[in-house]
Amino acid sequence: MIVDNFINLYHGFYIAGDPFNILLMVIGILLGVIIGVLPGLGGANGVAILLPLTFSMSPTSAIILLTCIYWGALFGGAITSVLFNIPGEPWSVATTFDGHPMARSGRAGEALTAAFTSSFVGAFFAIVMITLIAPLVAQFALQFGPAEKFAVYFLAFASFVGMSKEPPAKTIVSMMIGFALAAVGLDMVTGQLRLTFGVTELLNGFDFLIAVIGLFGIGEILLTMEEGLEFRGKAAKIDPKIVWKTWKTLPKYWATSLRSCIIGCWMGITPAGATPASFMAYGIAKRVSKNGKNFGNGEIEGVVAPETAAHAAGTAAMLPMLALGVPGSPTAAVLLGGLLIWGLQPGPMLFVEQAEFVWGLIASMYLGNIVGLILVLTTVPLFASILRIPFSIIAPVILVICAIGAYTVNNNVFDVLMMMVFGVLGYLLKKTNYPLAPLVLAIVLGDSAEEAFRQSLLGSGGSLAVFWSNPLVSTIMGLGLIAGLWPLIAMAFAKLRGNTTQPA
Amino acid sequence: MEQAHHGAGAGPRQRAVEIGTALLTMLFGLIVIYGSVIVGSGWGSDGPQAGFFPFYVGLIICICSLINLVMALREADSGLFAEWGQLGQVLRVLIPATIYVALIPFLGIYLPSFLLIVVFMTWLGKYGFPLSLAVAVGVPAFFYLTLERWFLIPLPKGPIEAMLGL
Repeated sequence: MIVDNFINLYHGFYIAGDPFNILLMVIGILLGVIIGVLPGLGGANGVAILLPLTFSMSPTSAIILLTCIYWGALFGGAITSVLFNIPGEPWSVATTFDGHPMARSGRAGEALTAAFTSSFVGAFFAIVMITLIAPLVAQFALQFGPAEKFAVYFLAFASFVGMSKEPPAKTIVSMMIGFALAAVGLDMVTGQLRLTFGVTELLNGFDFLIAVIGLFGIGEILLTMEEGLEFRGKAAKIDPKIVWKTWKTLPKYWATSLRSCIIGCWMGITPAGATPASFMAYGIAKRVSKNGKNFGNGEIEGVVAPETAAHAAGTAAMLPMLALGVPGSPTAAVLLGGLLIWGLQPGPMLFVEQAEFVWGLIASMYLGNIVGLILVLTTVPLFASILRIPFSIIAPVILVICAIGAYTVNNNVFDVLMMMVFGVLGYLLKKTNYPLAPLVLAIVLGDSAEEAFRQSLLGSGGSLAVFWSNPLVSTIMGLGLIAGLWPLIAMAFAKLRGNTTQPA
Repeated sequence: MEQAHHGAGAGPRQRAVEIGTALLTMLFGLIVIYGSVIVGSGWGSDGPQAGFFPFYVGLIICICSLINLVMALREADSGLFAEWGQLGQVLRVLIPATIYVALIPFLGIYLPSFLLIVVFMTWLGKYGFPLSLAVAVGVPAFFYLTLERWFLIPLPKGPIEAMLGL
């Protein structure tokens, strides 16, 4: 089995190593870093905007381009955090804690080298894990019926409720809005129109790409405008000497690195995502490290920990997407939508039917991250200068890019209007602490989740007992329930402990 | 959002906006329930009807919105949502952007994009006309060349483009 994987992977390298695909990697990484650096463009909506450009490519080339944009965006977040103290992406917030103080004391080059290298290590660890585990998970998932499938969706969404730092009721509302939007339009099972209220534009329902571009793109521009960004960046120069000097110090932090890799992989597979992973890794490193007191004043270990975890999580989010068809992050969700558009059915059958595609993709992850590390180390000053372009030039250009992106999804001007509505919604929800990721995931997965749910009920004649009918489905549902009710369980524990330690 | 909003400016309270959002999501939930009931939300002869799944989705939205509403009402005043000045900043982007989007169906994408960038740069950015014009012409031209010429993806066009024969 494992040997088969290596043969497959070897074949994958052959596909990914094609000169055209390597070129796509370079383009993808560069675009991705730009996207990660610019406010208002991020991994998820950057990929969403560029998705229509790939409709004419072969699926393998297309996914290589798009995943490389994703890696690039992950790298790019670190640049803004270190140099400008502005996290380009939510998962780089923890990187600002020590990265920016380092830049202020003139060690920007060191901080960036440490950030990029740890990103690479984290991603690499996650890719190795995907190579070894994903085929096994997929094979296991082949025996899933509709009930098990629904249980996996349930687990994915329940862990959002349990893991996110937002109030559970808000997470649920956000998620259910996504499911409701996904349900609009033609019902695939009965062929009936629903929730369209006679509006012809709604016949085809809401496209998740439009939602992503609006929620993350326009919403982010409005937020940035409100905060009145002033860019006061530090200059950065990276020369080989600094890189070498930093690399020599990094092996000292292998324990932090390894711990962050594991945290990242775990958090990435369960769709909690890169952001909590980076905070968790930073927090634990701060507690464990002997330099813990110096964290926040420019400790290199404080850059290593969150960056490693964020990238491990961002990469590990691809595992459930490939093996189960359940994306672990909004960007993975957009990629999953891309698979559907290219005519591939995500899920365990992908490994059987589209082995070339899957292994080409996995091989491209290895190559893409190596290409990415080299590119970002050599081009940082260029990207730092992009950030110095004033927001009053960047903002309208990003608006135009979002509008073009929204239009090209279906060649429909109505979608551009919808994008604007989603943008305002995104601003409002973000300001009132409703998480956006579950909303996007629900729009993408809504139809499949509903189909699995209805098929299971159809088989059982409407009895919910089907979700507890065998050990496998019961286990997954049970895990889901624990994940979803975690806030309540944690509260109960806290109360119990509070009562024992300090009797009233 | 525990951001320190500079000093004691005036503006809408966070609590009021939270209450408003909860009411809004509840309204949305009710619309979803209504829409599901009209197409049938029960069990038909051939299994669950079209509105079966969305009905429960709507129901959950309403229940959780109610929880959010109660939470917001019970919450002590938690500071400002944003200062009026900040909201003004937001509107200065939102209004031109909305007009931009509304113009696209009639004028295509190129002319409105040109206008948006010029207005933005001269009015908000206080740039001179030469630079603004250069950016405003350059950006749409770049997208015309890459998308329409290279990738052969058509973008919306209006009467001006038709006149130029593009």
